Amino acid sequence: MSKILIIGQQADGKLSSSIAKVVTAAKLVGGDIEVAVFAKDGSSAAAEAAKLDGVTKVLQIDRPENDHGLAAVLAPQVVELAKKGYTHVFAPGTTFGKDLLPRVAAKLGVQQVSDVMAVHGPTSFERPIYAGNAIVTVEAPAAPAVVATIRLASFSAVGSSGSAPVEKTSIDVALPTHTRFIKLEAQKSERPELQSATRVVSGGRALGSSENFKVIYDLADKLKAGVGASRAAVDSGYVPNDMQVGQTGKIIAPELYFAIGISGAIQHLAGIKDARTIVAINKDAEAPIFEVADFGLVADLFTAVPEMTSKL
Amino acid sequence: MKALVSVKRVVDYNVRIQVKPDGSGVVTEGVKFSVNPFDEIAMEEAVRLKEKGKITEIIAVTIGGAKCEETLRTALAFGADRAVHVKEEGEIQPLTAAQALAAVFKKEGAQLFLLGKQAIDDDANQTGQMVAALLDLPQATFASKVELQDGKATVTREVDAGLETLEIDLPAIITADLRLNEPRYLKLPDIMKAKKKPIEAVSLADLGVTAIAGLKATKTAAPPKRSKGIVVKTVDELIAALKGKGLI
Repeated sequence: MSKILIIGQQADGKLSSSIAKVVTAAKLVGGDIEVAVFAKDGSSAAAEAAKLDGVTKVLQIDRPENDHGLAAVLAPQVVELAKKGYTHVFAPGTTFGKDLLPRVAAKLGVQQVSDVMAVHGPTSFERPIYAGNAIVTVEAPAAPAVVATIRLASFSAVGSSGSAPVEKTSIDVALPTHTRFIKLEAQKSERPELQSATRVVSGGRALGSSENFKVIYDLADKLKAGVGASRAAVDSGYVPNDMQVGQTGKIIAPELYFAIGISGAIQHLAGIKDARTIVAINKDAEAPIFEVADFGLVADLFTAVPEMTSKL
Repeated sequence: MKALVSVKRVVDYNVRIQVKPDGSGVVTEGVKFSVNPFDEIAMEEAVRLKEKGKITEIIAVTIGGAKCEETLRTALAFGADRAVHVKEEGEIQPLTAAQALAAVFKKEGAQLFLLGKQAIDDDANQTGQMVAALLDLPQATFASKVELQDGKATVTREVDAGLETLEIDLPAIITADLRLNEPRYLKLPDIMKAKKKPIEAVSLADLGVTAIAGLKATKTAAPPKRSKGIVVKTVDELIAALKGKGLI
């Protein structure tokens, strides 16, 4: 039977909401599901993890060095723990999981499965390649363990009516001091963060200038949406490049996506494939974006978008 | 101080990916290949660090078949001084790549290893972290700013929560994110000069690496197709349609 270890990402003692989704993926594998919380003081995060439906045990590993979740510091501990009979080691496909888990996999001598989007069996998974333009089914070697990050957009969260036992434990390994946390500057924007926003409004080259992007921001604020942009808009200098949606920018999966003045280059479409509903507003009726849009409006964005904003 | 930069030959980001009808992979014949965009950013960063006098020599490295020489020539045109070509025609998975790259890094006695955070073909996002693990060295992934000073690197990382700054001791591995820099356009004289720069060929065996049993791809499929939706004529119709679906 499988025994699955989930790395319980936390920050400031709070469990990441991603873990409830990783548990869903683990339940599809089946077997014992244990969540390990590495923190300075992981009591409250561990208590949250213990409530997640399907979790059989929570391990709380408190150590001052674990405070900032540094990969170089956590990896030796995870590796030690993983050797205790676990068949699977899962982490969320967050920047935390992506940073940490390959370091663990390399130490265990196994090839990691990145971005699991479907579970077919204990060693068989689907994962996206080419920015989701192809889906590959892979068979991972079972021994010594299956090491995988879980793509959060592909799994829903489990409920939290459980009550698994929490076990405080220590892992006796030397930790490196070559990596030091300096600071974390949290996103200051009042708008929802692009990657987790349920609604996103993006603008393209047709906006013509950074000033004109105001129509995008206005609609986004009305919809309480995040704001993105196409590579063309970023390359033209209308908006900073952390707003870029696409294969080389951010890959997002909102419930509702507005592509405004965006022609729909392959590079952009690769970033919005998983959006539930795509709305396109573009002057050019032949624009490729209309091929994938659920709702299309052929119109001048400078009249249509303000009109939409005022009517919502 | 030497810096190693790895560059991977990948299908160009503008190519529309086609899955082979028999599900054995994606079509790579007759399509345009380029340097993985994130590796290009890593190379640009190395060149900038050299221009600032922080690095004295840049070595480009790639793993792959004969065609990867093109990839190395591009890296040399950017400003790498010389290149190492790990020749291997077969498929290479990240852990094997990491073993080979770690061996080259050690052999060269480099202090800094720069590479892209992921390659846009397999999207694995593993190799840099694995090199760091195999060498027990610090890693700073998803870098958007790198400063070198007194045997240390201060790196700003793009994490889900915002921007995280780490200080790491050199030697170290840094993976480049999109916002680290904007790679320069290559000029013809640089492309010409690159043709004369040396490329050393080695094999995995020369590096003492044997490919590990990795993941076995059993099927490659196209993602579920989005069907073409409806075209509305007015903003009012659009709002009504979205309201009808409970989306706004």
